[in-house]
Amino acid sequence: MSNFSLKNMMTRQDVLGFLVLAILLLVIMPLSMDIIRLTQFGKYLSFAFVAVGLVLCWGYGGILSLGQGVFYGLGGYALAMFLKLEASSPENTAIQSTPGIPDFMDWNRITELPWFWEPFNSFTFSVLAILIVPTIFAYFIGFAMFKRRVGGVYFAIITQAISAILTILIIGQQGYTGGVNGITDLRTLLGWNIRSDYASYVFYFVCVALLFVCLFIAQFITKSKLGRILVAMRGQEDRVRFSGYDVANFKIFVFCVGAAFAAVGGAMFTLQEKFMSPSFVGIVPSIEMVIFCAVGGRLSILGAVYGAIVVNVAKTYFGESFPELWLFAMGALFIGVVLAFPDGLAGVYQKYCAPTVDRFLDKAPVFKRYSGDSSYSPSEPAKAS
Amino acid sequence: MNAVAAKATNTDFVLAVEGLTVSFDGFKAVDDLSFYVDEKEIRVIIGPNGAGKTTVLDLICGRTKATSGSVKFRNKELTTLKEHEIVKAGVGRKFQNPSIYEDLTVFENLELCYPRGRNVFGALFFKRDAKVISKVREVAEMINLKDELESQADLLSHGQKQWLEIGMLLIQDPDLLMLDEPVAGMSVTERKQTAELLRRITNDRSVIVIEHDMQFVAEIADHVTVMHQGKILAEGSAEKVKQDPKVIEVYLGH
Ligand SMILES: Nc1ncnc2c1ncn2[C@@H]1O[C@H](COP(=O)(O)OP(=O)(O)OP(=O)(O)O)[C@@H](O)[C@H]1O
Ligand SMILES: [Mg+2]
Repeated sequence: MSNFSLKNMMTRQDVLGFLVLAILLLVIMPLSMDIIRLTQFGKYLSFAFVAVGLVLCWGYGGILSLGQGVFYGLGGYALAMFLKLEASSPENTAIQSTPGIPDFMDWNRITELPWFWEPFNSFTFSVLAILIVPTIFAYFIGFAMFKRRVGGVYFAIITQAISAILTILIIGQQGYTGGVNGITDLRTLLGWNIRSDYASYVFYFVCVALLFVCLFIAQFITKSKLGRILVAMRGQEDRVRFSGYDVANFKIFVFCVGAAFAAVGGAMFTLQEKFMSPSFVGIVPSIEMVIFCAVGGRLSILGAVYGAIVVNVAKTYFGESFPELWLFAMGALFIGVVLAFPDGLAGVYQKYCAPTVDRFLDKAPVFKRYSGDSSYSPSEPAKAS
Repeated sequence: MNAVAAKATNTDFVLAVEGLTVSFDGFKAVDDLSFYVDEKEIRVIIGPNGAGKTTVLDLICGRTKATSGSVKFRNKELTTLKEHEIVKAGVGRKFQNPSIYEDLTVFENLELCYPRGRNVFGALFFKRDAKVISKVREVAEMINLKDELESQADLLSHGQKQWLEIGMLLIQDPDLLMLDEPVAGMSVTERKQTAELLRRITNDRSVIVIEHDMQFVAEIADHVTVMHQGKILAEGSAEKVKQDPKVIEVYLGH
């Protein structure tokens, strides 16, 4: 791996961007907010995982998925199932007619733990399931669609249908899934109280750390030849085949990566909010996730994080005061951004701030030696003509 | 022709096209076409607009699926392969409209076509090493774009885009190179440079060129195939074909 130096992977603007985000998330936010607000902020960050994945799928690969909620949900549910089983020990559930199973099962007159719940007694299995189940599911969807060259709008509609189906399934199978309320009342993780302030701080930092892992993976992908193949595919899919690449495999790959990121985000949601419900799986949340990405800038992985934060903050304040208007506002925001700022916040930054920052960096002694060439990247929206 | 057809399955030929037919909703754009391309031969296909020339290339490179017939490249059946497999087998194709990756730089366009790291993980861990860089430089030099390596490809002139696409093929190093109207839309100087370039690159491989410019054709062709309405109208040397009354009537006459 020594071939892949920092310099090849990041321009100095990228380095600065990562540093600023790290300081914001690791220092400024924890110092300026109480733990309740910080946990809420951590929830916003759990959506940033999805948005970063969408930058890869949609921004780079041109694959618009309107069903990322599916993977977010699968990741979130995998962890919630583990935590729920831990919370449903026979002692805790002694008053149930069948002690030792989750309460909602008991209410639905289920007397035995369903087979697919069994493995979630294992922490290791559950952690692996968070990553593997959504990724495999994405692989099958991707394989079935992309090998047949289904793409564009058709693919978007199919992903929507899948998220609708999964929501209906979860809500309909109340006894097995917790139904519309989801899986709630989670208490401990390996015997450790997850409701303490201390735990909330730990989870917030875990969430930020994992977000940075995803950001680095995404950065690595976008700067690799694979990233450039995706850019090429977005415009000239047919041509890429004649450069000797099996286009479907590349699409399947980024779709799987996007799914895995979303799943980690879902698990981070469960961990911080202590529940998971079908309201994060369906069509509306899935579309919201695309909006986070669009607002941040489809081509900017850091922009996606800010997009998720900004839209969620707006949703919290605006949505709390005018809940019935929020969906319209969101729609208007999406259309407005697409028309006025097709490259989102990142595009605005590139156009108005980046030149100044660059001049500043030229003078900064630390960055002077790190003379990455910021004009070289194919991914930046450099066509600001 | 019959003597050639008899050789059908045993092939010393680089490319053997036999009985190739494609029909679009009943319209036969290519109709029972057979021809053979030799090692290191330069074959030029001419014919009026809509004759089916581009479609023949589409069929060979897998872009369009044949209704019937076979295409054998070094004895390997191509009609059942996918596009990228045909590329890997050693067939490269330039499109009629320059088709390059406009969002990428010239360097990246060429690098992307370098035949290494073509699967997902190969591409992810592809290393831009000295070998790649020197090969890209070498090709850029040939196609007169060595000063444009860092430019975004959509900023190139039309002629430069055509060269870039030729360069993208060269770096693939195909055994069979197919060029669809490589000098179309070029200025006189660019045309000359391109002819020069083609002469250099066609030395050590078989080439199929589609071209309308008869002077250009006469200069480069070993054999000329004239197509009309999906069928072969005439075949032979440029001289012979030029004098064929049928060819003069449907094509050269205008
Ligand atoms: N995918 C397709 N579907 C339907 N018809 C097609 C398709 N591709 C080609 N054709 C038709 O087949 C015929 C041959 O087209 P082709 O492009 O091969 O001609 P050409 O010889 O390359 O002409 P030109 O000199 O104008 O490039 C045309 O009538 C065209 O309309
Ligand atoms: Mg044509």
